[in-house]
Amino acid sequence: MGKDRIAVLDYGAGNLSSVQNVLRHFGADFIVTSRPVDVEAASTLIFPGDGEAAASMGELRRTGLDEALTSFHASGRKMLGICIGCQVIFSHSEERDTPCLGLLPGDVRRFARSSGLKVPHMGWNAVHFTIPHPVFEGLPQGSSYYFIHSYYPVPADPALAAGETEYGETFVSAVASRNLVAVQFHPEKSGPVGLRLISNFLAWDGCWDGRGAGDA
Amino acid sequence: MLEKRVVVCLDVKDGRTTKGIRFKDNVDVGDPVEMARHYYEDGVDELVFYDITASAERRKIRIDTVRRVAEQVFIPFSVGGGISSREEMREVLLAGAEKVSVNSAAVRAPRIISDGASLFGSQCVVLGMDARRDPAMPSGYRVVIDGGRTPTDLDALEWARKAEELGAGEIVLNSIDADGTRDGYEIPLTRIVSEGVGIPVVASGGAGRPEHLLAVFEEGRADAALIASMVHYGDWTIEQIKSYLRQNGLPVRVT
Repeated sequence: MGKDRIAVLDYGAGNLSSVQNVLRHFGADFIVTSRPVDVEAASTLIFPGDGEAAASMGELRRTGLDEALTSFHASGRKMLGICIGCQVIFSHSEERDTPCLGLLPGDVRRFARSSGLKVPHMGWNAVHFTIPHPVFEGLPQGSSYYFIHSYYPVPADPALAAGETEYGETFVSAVASRNLVAVQFHPEKSGPVGLRLISNFLAWDGCWDGRGAGDA
Repeated sequence: MLEKRVVVCLDVKDGRTTKGIRFKDNVDVGDPVEMARHYYEDGVDELVFYDITASAERRKIRIDTVRRVAEQVFIPFSVGGGISSREEMREVLLAGAEKVSVNSAAVRAPRIISDGASLFGSQCVVLGMDARRDPAMPSGYRVVIDGGRTPTDLDALEWARKAEELGAGEIVLNSIDADGTRDGYEIPLTRIVSEGVGIPVVASGGAGRPEHLLAVFEEGRADAALIASMVHYGDWTIEQIKSYLRQNGLPVRVT
């Protein structure tokens, strides 16, 4: 892992300390940055974040990170989106009707309050991985991860889905397409299975041809 | 299905863990970082740290403890106790806590909830509430502050709803009557508040046996249950508690 140039994206969307603690735990070299030039130079990108889509997109645009992310993704280097980083990679979010990065086609929708569910969806919930992706290798089927979100991605191409979770309805909690993996939950807060996911990502060669031919 | 969370509470005084019986006669039961790690390995879902003697000069100790916990424990944890400013909230979150909890300060100046929610997001802001039985109140429970010493004019349910409206993302609801008794949670209080708000409620106070957790989840409709003495003194392990809950059909995280 030492040869990787890992960049953790800092765009004001929440707390990056837990992601940093996990990377330190694995002895990984990384930088935390909000500069497009560092994204260009990175070989691996981690795109974390809590918060709100409109504010996040606003900050990404203001700093020019939106374009840096788009060209990073297009270059084929590997990228891990977490939580809001699993939402703004899609075309559009219902959260304040926000146009997003559009790295993958699809929308981001809100859990319906009417169903009597508490929103945000907060706590531990099971993920059923639907494809045999290297980043999800060794993770027990139905193991639990920590979620905290009110919105979830709805990929336009169902083949982009890599994992599903049940909360009132079944929603897509993990997506994978070529060099991109994104998860709606927080692997950095999900105990041993979350650590395994992150270490799998760090060890991954960044190529996944199994699915995702429909991405933009 | 969303799982029921088992949350261990560590009361910290001068950088050491204590557990008070009704907030008096604190006894030292260990180093918070070591204990956090132990519970993490035993499969706890979340941790709560209350700095019960937080003061200006102890802020540094608190931050140091939070930082050390965050380096070793890869599950969510929250920190509370005497937090009354956005600056303190920021400090604790940057040191690696997932959430920060406000209690007495929020009663005195509710704006800390809305300020915290707009700056850091609702998911980071927990309302800690201590309530005591009081037939004079509409819900039957009165909010008390300053570790149970000062009664307020607030009704527990009304204050919970107000906090939700202000942007709190979760409520840790502690019964002063049950706290430290190990006789079981205050089920009616938990149920009234949990059914009255749209945010998760963590029941607190009174846990002594796994049956108490089952009851507060089933009858009290709690989203999470906070425990302390029953594990701090070694009477039960997290694994034993979770096995019991699982055998009784509750969804809990397996580790």
